[in-house]
Amino acid sequence: MKHSHSNATSMSRRFFLKSTSALAALSFIPNSLKAFYQDVKERFFVKKQMIPIKLEVNKKQYSLTVDSRATLLDVLREELNLTGSKKGCDHGQCGACTVHMDGERALSCLTLAVMAQGKAITTIEGLADGDNLHPMQEAFIEHDGFQCGYCTAGQIMSAVACVDEGHTGSVGEIKEYMSGNLCRCGAYNGITEAIQQVAK
Amino acid sequence: MRPFEYTKPKTVREALSSANSHSQYIAGGTNLVDLMKKQIDEPDKLLDITNTLPDTIEVKDNGVVIGAMVRNTAIAVNKAILESWPLLSKAILKGASPQIRNIASAGGNLLQRTRCPYFYDLTLPCNKRKNGSGCGALKGNNRMGAIIGYSDACVAVHPSDMCVALAALDAKVNILKADGSKETMNFLDFHRLPGTNPEKDNNLPEKALITSIFVPKNNFNKHFEYLKLRDRESYAFALVSVAAALDLDGNQIREARLASGGVAHKPWRWTKAEAFLKGKQATAENFAEAAKIAAEDTAPLSTNAFKVPLLKGAIETALQTCLTNKA
Repeated sequence: MKHSHSNATSMSRRFFLKSTSALAALSFIPNSLKAFYQDVKERFFVKKQMIPIKLEVNKKQYSLTVDSRATLLDVLREELNLTGSKKGCDHGQCGACTVHMDGERALSCLTLAVMAQGKAITTIEGLADGDNLHPMQEAFIEHDGFQCGYCTAGQIMSAVACVDEGHTGSVGEIKEYMSGNLCRCGAYNGITEAIQQVAK
Repeated sequence: MRPFEYTKPKTVREALSSANSHSQYIAGGTNLVDLMKKQIDEPDKLLDITNTLPDTIEVKDNGVVIGAMVRNTAIAVNKAILESWPLLSKAILKGASPQIRNIASAGGNLLQRTRCPYFYDLTLPCNKRKNGSGCGALKGNNRMGAIIGYSDACVAVHPSDMCVALAALDAKVNILKADGSKETMNFLDFHRLPGTNPEKDNNLPEKALITSIFVPKNNFNKHFEYLKLRDRESYAFALVSVAAALDLDGNQIREARLASGGVAHKPWRWTKAEAFLKGKQATAENFAEAAKIAAEDTAPLSTNAFKVPLLKGAIETALQTCLTNKA
């Protein structure tokens, strides 16, 4: 009785230790593997995130869903069909994507669309008043402020801001404050003249 | 660009607690978005901190506190800054373009990465991008590289203009760490030299945030100059830049400040030249001697020896301009 009892307990203890450690090992490995897999997955395969956003562009309200990676420039061009703003370098070096945010010039290629919410955005399409061109647009035509036209939308948006900021005291000042907009055709003199005319 | 999760914390506490080793804070994003497009920086999570940190410029008895979210343009055109710290304004206006200055934040300006071509080209070795891969610039295209304070591991230079003025003006950086504790760092201790771990640009603790920048009151608002020499007249990074400021008693120099961009891994203070100028007369001869003292410590790389005479000339010219520059 005593013997079999102690035998039974020792057997059950051994069985208990064996089975629990085996179970523990079994449950431990898949869990850590699963966690590891999850870690790897999250690190290397982050799912793209679609975010509902509201944008105000040229006094119109837009509700749309965008990829978290989308720049304001991409959304303007691809989603809202406002293709006036141009993608020149896409790295903030050329100024072709210049728009106004709350009245100040900014680069739409370096601005995430999701971060442009709550700001009044103006693009080249919002500059004219119906069929009446903005004075800066008129001046660019008058002074041949462009050749191929690719940088023109950015140049005009920047030029309007340049006048608003009051940086038109001299040709040197205009050129300094327009230096963020490159023109491969070299229409700089025409652009400067256009700005001088509007600043008067 | 690799996908990432975007969130916009409402408070600074929430921002700090949401941060992890694969997250990045974003404010202006003028540098970070570009780095993400080029797959140099690949965060899993972007924490938009634009609502969590101060965007005010507060003038105090002993100086000015510039909130981390203040846009670069807003600092440059601020009346108090123009009156008391005009060197800072002048330096900011020599950097980037109006479109970029309108978005870029004060805190972000300190954290921008180098523009060394090897850092930006994923097919080339760069210890700053991937430590252990080697430094392509050391014996390669190092025309834009450092002439002082570099190591075999990295010869990149810090790209900021604003930081050169802040270094000259004895600024301090206010930091909020992940555990909620605060730290104030001397500006000169904020950025670091490359040594053997150039992947670290600065001494900002992990996940910590710059909350504001403090610039002490000084007498450098009457005689100052920020001279930036670059490959084109505007909108280019510095080959060499010099922030110079003099506190004059008649023609005698009470205190001098000299700092440079485009020469080192961090904004560089020419302390020996400053010490030489202290108490001296503000003359062309003394300015030339100060320039010589600064240049003595430099050691150019294989293709940027031109930076040494350029630096000497820039220091002399900047100091000379201090005498005629009227705020």
